[in-house]
Amino acid sequence: MTPAAITALRHKDLLGIADLAADEISLVLDTAEAMKEIGSRPIKKVPALRGKTIVNLFFEPSTRTRTSFEIAEKRLSADTLNIAISSSSVVKGETLADTALNLEAMNPDMIVLRHSSSGACHLLARICRSAIINAGDGMHEHPTQALLDAFTIRERKKRLAGLKVAIVGDLLHSRVLRSNIHLLTKMGAEVWVCGPPTLIPTEIRRFGVRATSVVEEAVRDADVIMLLRIQLERMEGAFFPSLREYFNVFGMTEKRLELASPDVMIMHPGPMNRGVEIASEVADGPYSVILDQVHNGVAVRMAVLYLLAGGSEHEAAA
Amino acid sequence: MPVVMDADRIGRTLTRIAHEIVERNKGVEDLALVGIRTRGVHIARRLARSLKEITGDEVPTGALDITLYRDDLMRHAVGPQPLVRRTEILFSIDDRKVLLVDDVLYTGRTTRAALDALIDFGRPRSIQLVVLVDRGHRELPIKADYVGKNLPTSPEESIQVRLMESDGQDEVVLQ
Repeated sequence: MTPAAITALRHKDLLGIADLAADEISLVLDTAEAMKEIGSRPIKKVPALRGKTIVNLFFEPSTRTRTSFEIAEKRLSADTLNIAISSSSVVKGETLADTALNLEAMNPDMIVLRHSSSGACHLLARICRSAIINAGDGMHEHPTQALLDAFTIRERKKRLAGLKVAIVGDLLHSRVLRSNIHLLTKMGAEVWVCGPPTLIPTEIRRFGVRATSVVEEAVRDADVIMLLRIQLERMEGAFFPSLREYFNVFGMTEKRLELASPDVMIMHPGPMNRGVEIASEVADGPYSVILDQVHNGVAVRMAVLYLLAGGSEHEAAA
Repeated sequence: MPVVMDADRIGRTLTRIAHEIVERNKGVEDLALVGIRTRGVHIARRLARSLKEITGDEVPTGALDITLYRDDLMRHAVGPQPLVRRTEILFSIDDRKVLLVDDVLYTGRTTRAALDALIDFGRPRSIQLVVLVDRGHRELPIKADYVGKNLPTSPEESIQVRLMESDGQDEVVLQ
């Protein structure tokens, strides 16, 4: 692994992988390697972000991402506060911008935002001084998920370039897909996406990926298979006949796995629908790195928080 | 650009320090070496080799990155963060006599950060400080236990320690 040539990100915020260059992605991944060791110490805490205040503002349910950010913040000694939307003024009708400006009046350093509207974090980035970290915005991007996926792949395979990565599932509603496509294509991987024709966004090929509805074609010789959750809560139409049928045609079974590379990695961003996009034997099987992804998420988020806490290279030069 | 220590001198100095370590600790039992990244790690590994030659015993050796403990992190309004590298201490430091190793001792701030970091790994019986060069100008009450060379300098000068492992040659240069 070559060391990153740069020492800082070029932006004040992390809104999406689309904004990052390959050297910035490498910097985050290299920094995360150093951060990962902290989680195995007897005292899992370093003083790096002492005195920094971070607001976790989650407008959508989340277990993994919110917990992961919170652990990462605490391991770096930041002061964190979690705002659960059910107990906030949002239920009284306050707008996102007003909520953010009011939070900002209390002078936090960073805001981690999860929102059901695509672009919500871009709005905050424009009106807030604080660094904004996108923890998932609608169907747009989920950059820290793509970074932790890349970290997990790189840890195992020692590279990203040249790998065949098959992403199978609900392509239409997935922000994880969009962030992963940006990241993997920037780093030189060969990306295949696969799902029912009704769930393949038109023009997806413009992102430099190959799309198919034949799962065997996507999976053949794949080094990595990434499964995406069927997002029933976002489905307003009839995209396929039944979950049973989806599993029969697209579900990742041990039999389909035989087509892949012998050292294939099975990934899933969670939460999993067992027996829909993935068979339980595969989810719990020897090729699965699903829990490694969760484990690595903390180190990757520590890296992002640390790198953004210092401000950007651009601001320092100004 | 005067060379203040050449390769021979560095080699002899580290051998001498290794002997001092054995003498003062009456052997190498319960000792551990922890080098501060980058060049402290190279020096720690060389000392481990010398200690093995002298006593026949292996001394566990680790690498410490002190970036996240620096007292100047987040002190500037904006600016790029220093690069974080991996800490590798793959043994327990509890009840060990830890030899903390660095190439140059200057203000003492790096040593302060390293002491804080070490304490997060456990409770060593003692910590002793080994440096190749002590150039003075301390800003904190810190003193080395083993010094390769005392080198009075002015704050305007800079000391470059170059080691084979990272720089292709062994020398200490005053600029």
